[in-house]
Amino acid sequence: MWVYEKKLEYPVKVSGPNPKLAKAVITQYGGPDGELGASLRYLTQRYSMPTSQAKGVLTDIGTEELAHMEIVAAIVYNLLKNAPLEQIKAAGMEGYYADHDRSLFFVNGDGVPWVAAYIQSKGDPIADLHEDMAAEEKARSTYEHLINLSDDPDVTDVLRFLREREVVHFQRFGETLNIVQEHLSSRKIW
Amino acid sequence: MRAMNKDELMLRIQALEFTAVDLNLYLDTHPCDARALADYNQVAAALAQTIAAYEQMYGPLTNFGRSQSCGRWAWVEQPWPWETQG
Repeated sequence: MWVYEKKLEYPVKVSGPNPKLAKAVITQYGGPDGELGASLRYLTQRYSMPTSQAKGVLTDIGTEELAHMEIVAAIVYNLLKNAPLEQIKAAGMEGYYADHDRSLFFVNGDGVPWVAAYIQSKGDPIADLHEDMAAEEKARSTYEHLINLSDDPDVTDVLRFLREREVVHFQRFGETLNIVQEHLSSRKIW
Repeated sequence: MRAMNKDELMLRIQALEFTAVDLNLYLDTHPCDARALADYNQVAAALAQTIAAYEQMYGPLTNFGRSQSCGRWAWVEQPWPWETQG
């Protein structure tokens, strides 16, 4: 069961319409290292985790990633909302506009749709937690690239918050990996 | 303390809940840290109080029976979180 909270985890403001920036930021909505993939990865891996603590970490971080998906959506929505067609064309977003107008869809910066093959669930907690740590680092790196690209200080502020969360999640997954490894080695029967 | 307006209350809720989220994740991997647990409980109490104050003035923040809607169904009246700018 999930319950929706009618609020963003972090306040979102944009300085004005900016389809060029929206085209880049949308990769964290539906791109390979984006928040949809992150949330679905953790929320599907949690079922086969060996300890209650690991199930808790994947449930809680997976849930926070859903909130991040909403933050990214709020950024893109507001960057596109009142964007004139001329700006959309100049940003190279004609293809996106043709299929989606100014609505939200799960694509990367080049319009490639999200696929489940971005994520994995191995039933092997050591493999899964290593994937999760790598995913956090890749997302951190993507946010840094987006911060480099951003010409909107309000958007940059939110991107900094999201980047910082990837660092914290990486830390928690690392601790979880240690706890799971300890658990598995203590259960070994020779 | 003077009463906070809607935006100030929401910002306070966001700050308190973010603190709770971060402490929650920390406690998942450090469940025996008594100080973090005390901090978590303190933040949770302050958060509940602030949410109650907000909801009384501006309508429910959660649905599915988590908060009451007195007099009318206010859930669909207030703007949605992504509608932050005109």
